[in-house]
Parts: sequence; C-alpha cells; structure tokens
Amino acid sequence: MTAEKKSYTISVYTENNIGLLNRISAIFQRRHINIESINSSVSEIEGVSKFTIVVDLQEEQMKKIIGQIDKQVEVIKAYYHTDDETIYQESCLFKVKSDLLFEERQIQNIIKESNARIVTVNRVFFVIEKSGMKKEIELLYREMKPFGILQFTRSGRISVTKQPMEISKMLKAFN
Amino acid sequence: MEVQSLNSEIKETKATKNSMRISGSEAVVRCLIAEGVDILYGYPGGAIMPVYDELYKFQDQIQHVLTRHEQGATHSAQGYARISGKVGVAMATSGPGATNLITGIADAQIDSTPIVCITGQVGSHLLGTDAFQETDIIGISTPVTKWNQQITKASQIPEVLAKAFYIAKSGRPGPVLIDITKDAQFEEFDFEYKKCSGVRSYLPAPKVDFSKLAEAASLINDAKKPLVVWGQGVILGEAEDEFKAVIEKSGVPSAWTILGASALPTAHDLNVGMVGMHGNYAPNVLTNECDVLIAIGMRFDDRVTGNLATYAKQAKVIHFEIDPAEVDKIVKATVAVLGDSKETLKALLPLLNENTHKEWHQKFKDLYQIEYDKVIKDDLYPTKEGLTMGEVLKEINIQSKGNAAIVSDVGQHQMIACRYAEFNLTKSNITSGGLGTMGFALPAAIGAKMAAPDRDVVAIIGDGGYQMTIQELGTIFQTKVPVKIVVLNNDFLGMVRQWQELFFEKRYASTDIKNPDFVAIAKGYAIEAKKVVKREDLAGAVKEMMASKEAYFLEVSVEKEGNVFPMIQTGASVSDIRLS
Repeated sequence: MTAEKKSYTISVYTENNIGLLNRISAIFQRRHINIESINSSVSEIEGVSKFTIVVDLQEEQMKKIIGQIDKQVEVIKAYYHTDDETIYQESCLFKVKSDLLFEERQIQNIIKESNARIVTVNRVFFVIEKSGMKKEIELLYREMKPFGILQFTRSGRISVTKQPMEISKMLKAFN
Repeated sequence: MEVQSLNSEIKETKATKNSMRISGSEAVVRCLIAEGVDILYGYPGGAIMPVYDELYKFQDQIQHVLTRHEQGATHSAQGYARISGKVGVAMATSGPGATNLITGIADAQIDSTPIVCITGQVGSHLLGTDAFQETDIIGISTPVTKWNQQITKASQIPEVLAKAFYIAKSGRPGPVLIDITKDAQFEEFDFEYKKCSGVRSYLPAPKVDFSKLAEAASLINDAKKPLVVWGQGVILGEAEDEFKAVIEKSGVPSAWTILGASALPTAHDLNVGMVGMHGNYAPNVLTNECDVLIAIGMRFDDRVTGNLATYAKQAKVIHFEIDPAEVDKIVKATVAVLGDSKETLKALLPLLNENTHKEWHQKFKDLYQIEYDKVIKDDLYPTKEGLTMGEVLKEINIQSKGNAAIVSDVGQHQMIACRYAEFNLTKSNITSGGLGTMGFALPAAIGAKMAAPDRDVVAIIGDGGYQMTIQELGTIFQTKVPVKIVVLNNDFLGMVRQWQELFFEKRYASTDIKNPDFVAIAKGYAIEAKKVVKREDLAGAVKEMMASKEAYFLEVSVEKEGNVFPMIQTGASVSDIRLS
C-alpha cells in the first residue's frame, strides 16, 4: 500500500552562502524528485536566507528529505508543512495588448473580480499583477487566455507558517 | 555607530598584535601545521604551485608525499584517517588534478572518513571563463562532500581552513573540499589562526534524550533473543570500551558490518561474526529470529539487509545513531537513541541488567558449526589442489598474531579478508565499504602505514583492483614506506565472474583478465617480491613477508574459479543465505 502524495511546503533557513542552492537542489535531483516551485529570499533574521520549496511527496519520503536537507552544514533548520499549516501566496504577471482593455469590457470585470491590479498601461500593452493561491491564478489565466496573452509568468510560492518557527532562539542558543 | 567603530578598531589592533603579514599560500601551510597535520598527500600543478613552494620551505615541519595520481592521494589520506582517527589531507591542482580526487572523496563521504582536500583554482578574474585547467570543482564535489568552499581572498584562509578541519572530524565525519584561487594564494594579509570550535548552523551530535535511553534499556532487559549489529559508528565515536562493557553486561550476541570490524576483538566470546551479503551464517539467519535488534552506529546498507520486506520483521529495532537522517531511512526504529556513541553507550550501561542469554548463544554456535563444515573448513584448510584466498588469510593471521591492520580492496578477496582476518586491535580493518572502490587498498595502505609506523599494515588486493592504482608502487619506492602487499591472483575479475557463473550462465564477459608479471613490476620499483603457486611454499613466504622490515610484495596464485560463500543473493532474505 503506498500512501498518497501531498503538496508540502518546505522552509529552509540557511546561512547566506554561494553554492548552497546547488547543494539543496542536488538532494531532490539525486532522488528523482521534481521541484514544483522554489523561492529564495532573505528571512526575518538578518544574515539568514530562506528557501521556500514546494514538492508533491508522500509524507514518509518528505521526512527523509527534510533529514537530508537539515544535515547540510549550512542549513540552520528545515521544516515541512502541509498547505493547511501555512499561509501562502504566489504572484503572477500578464502582459496583454492595450487595445483589449478598451475593446473588451469583460477584461475590466475580470481584473476587478479577481482582485488583480494593473501595474502599467501604455499604448501597446498593459500588465496586470495578481497575488493569491495557485488555483486563483490558474483561474485568472483561463479567463484571460481567450483574449490573447502576450506574456505570462508565475512566481514560486512564498509562505509563512501558522505556528512560530524558533530560528532566532536556536541561533541564540549557539551564541 | 561610534561605539561600533571603536569596537572594531580595538579588534583590529588586537589582530595586528598577534598576527603577521604573510601570503595566502604560506597561511595554508601554517594552518595545516596548526591543525596538527604532519603528513599530506598530493600532486603539484600550476594553480597550486604557490602552496607547494611553501611546503618546500616548511618541509622540516610537514611532510608532503607525492603520490602518482591524485586518486591515490585521497585514498592515502583515507588510510591515514581510518587507522589514526585523525583528519587525512590531500592536495591537488585545479582541473584534472581536482577531478581526479573525486573518487576518493565520494568514498570518504559514503564511509564517513574525515579528510580535507585542498585544490588550487585559476585566478578569481578567470573564474567561469573556461580558463586553462579550470573546472567547477565546487559544483562537481558538492554531492559528495560534507562541506565545500571556494576561497578567493587570502584573508578567508584561516577561518575557512579551521572550519574545514572541524567539520571533517566532528559529528559524523566526512570529506571537505577547499578550493583556493591562485590570486588568493599570492595575496598578502595579516595572518592569525584560531581553531574552530563550532558553527552555528551545524550540530555535530544531537543531544542525548535520556527517556529514549531508558526505553532502549528496558527493551534490551526484557529481550529473550537480542542481537546487536554494530557498525563503524563505534570506531568513529571511539566508543570501543563503552561498547564492550554494554554487550558484556547484557550478554548480547554481537555481529558487525564490514566497517564495524575490529571494534571488538575477533576472538571475543560475544563476537558472532559479520552480517550481510557474504557475512556469517548465524548472524544473518538469526537476524530474522531475534526479538530485539540493537543497531549501533550502522545504517542498514542494502548489502547488510538483503530484501527489506523480509528483514527482521519480527524484531523490535533500537537504533543508536549520530546522524538523525539515518533514523527510519531504511528500517523503522522502535526506539531511536540519537547521539554520539561514546556518550549514549556510556549512559546506557548502568540501565542494563546482567544477562548471559546462554540458550540463545547456543543457536549461534550451532549455526557456526554448519557454516564451518560447509564453507570455512574448505576455505581455511583446503585439501584439493589450488590455493584458496582463505588459507592465505589464515597464514597472515598466524604470522601477525592478529595484530596487523588489514587494508583490503574490493571484490572476492575483500570479502575473504573481512571474513577471516583476525583482529585484536580496533581501527584495523581498512576497506572501501560503501562505494566499493577498486584501487583503494594500495594507496590506503600507504597512508595507514605512515600514520601508524609501528603497526604491520598488510594490503590484500585482487589482481584487478591492484592494476587500478598500481602506479602507487612509485610512491612506495620513493618514500620507502614498508607496507606489505599481497595480491591474490586468480586471473579473473573474481566477484563479477562469480556472479556471471551464478546468474549469467557462465558468460564471462570481460572478466577474464590477462595479467602482467607482477613480480617483475614490483622489482622494477625495487620492492622485494615473491610469487607463490604451491601450497607448501605459502607459509614460508608469508612468514618472510611479515618478517621483512621493508616494503614487500607477495603474489599468490589462487584457484581461478573459487567462489565466496555464504551469499545472500540480491533480492533474497538474510535468512535465505546460501552456503553453496
């Protein structure tokens, strides 16, 4: 009996070091695991970076991967969470022909209803931005598609957890 | 702000007081000396030349051994580390020099051997330009190192090297690679060295959870048929005494993985032999009969477990382990005791009840008798024509009295060496376990002998693996390191041939190997050499080799198509181990 795969958000707090991304992604590559999305940024702690990685895995496998990530020397701490345990967002950009904005009334409604935002408009094109859950972005994509999308891009997931993550405490314990 | 700048000023003045202005390359050598490195192994080349220039100046304090290939340098560093417990050091230039280190680094990673590799790199302004002998060694070595780092400024050298030694040795040891650009080697800076005592993102050993220890102790105390399987974790944790005390008090029969060998003397009453594919009959069969399996510093390698679906399913499993990532990785632990083995075993001892498990021990003895009659007797005391590998090991045991360090390569001879070598002393079985690197033994034996000059170091090598690093005879020739080299020659790549015989209907694809005159080659390097083809000459030849004060090469022609048994076939259960 194989357990079902679930979407997990991995949060990895690390030292800010060249090559660490390579080291972490190699853990997935070696086990033939596809990364759904990956984001790297600064964290709430000065000098500490945070990777947010989304994967579809069985929990058993997820635990093993976390162990492998956590044991890397420059990883301060790695966690995994289900979607229910996190607040998460993705962001996307659509580039669309400007004519459509005036000719197709419906587009304005779609933008309004989806809580998207017009970032810029010029004579040739306009750009809308939308932050939200993946499925909201996918819905917006489906709605916009018939009108013709010049360019589309979606960011990796970023997330915070409902429960506290005690990184500062851990770092203090070291000092 | 003002306070801050004042502080940093104070720091700077302090630094200049204890520091001296030197080049990055001199700093590298001074760091090595400060870390207690007396010998390192390597091969010079363009991008590492400034460091070699300093090694030349410091040769009265630190010996550089020129190996004949960079792979040999890593294996020598491994041999040095495995016998001494100290960090082994290998050095190479950029590009091909660096890539040649990779096999040894991968070997050290999977076998948890502390080594530090230092590579030269092209100047930082050339990084990423496909410069001459430029290779992305950080990228290449990442998956096979515990840690790696590139240095592009001389001022980074002391801190990074201190960290390298600390990380390589602490916790679960492993290889570290430091890549230093040529400009950083030339650059001058104010040098000051401080040993590393901690890295904030890295916890070498988890804190011991005493409630887990109590749970483990009660499982052991209640067990009727407990079995210990220990691994290299006992040796790496220098926990041999604590381990012995634990098993002696609890009376638990104890078996070892290939890398755990020698942590407990072979002759010890509680030592019931090796587990795994070519391990002993009793501990393999009884793995599937024990009620509590106590795994200590081992990681349930697939060569140990055979088919997982039928591995110790009846047993409760206690896993003593330093690396949290190993817990539940392969076998689910009923109780996992995380921590350094010395610490956990010491704390476990007072919680244990005294026991002898007499009846349970008898089962091991009965099964040993079966293995003896069907396998061991013919291996060690053969009556048919053709020398066996086993009888060579037996002669070495007699001559060494079990006090030699045995460095084996990979293949049939390795299994025979591990099965039959007798060990009185710990850190005496040096072999490539996880990676199975043919060519490991000759350079590893060089490193081992240099680290432990008072011990007899005997390399046991097959005719195939020997030729993968045979050029290291040159290193022996030049350094006069008195290693004893035994080549067990069956003119076959024996282990693969055995599989071809058993599973590929004797289609001997590329295992029939035409060998050169090994004695002539050894003599070409001025190494005393002898070849034995007849049983009556064996004892005398081994005696002569063991008595020699210099390097000695002994080739023994063994039966061509001998097989190693017992054997757990791939996919079979440990209890279905076959004896023929």
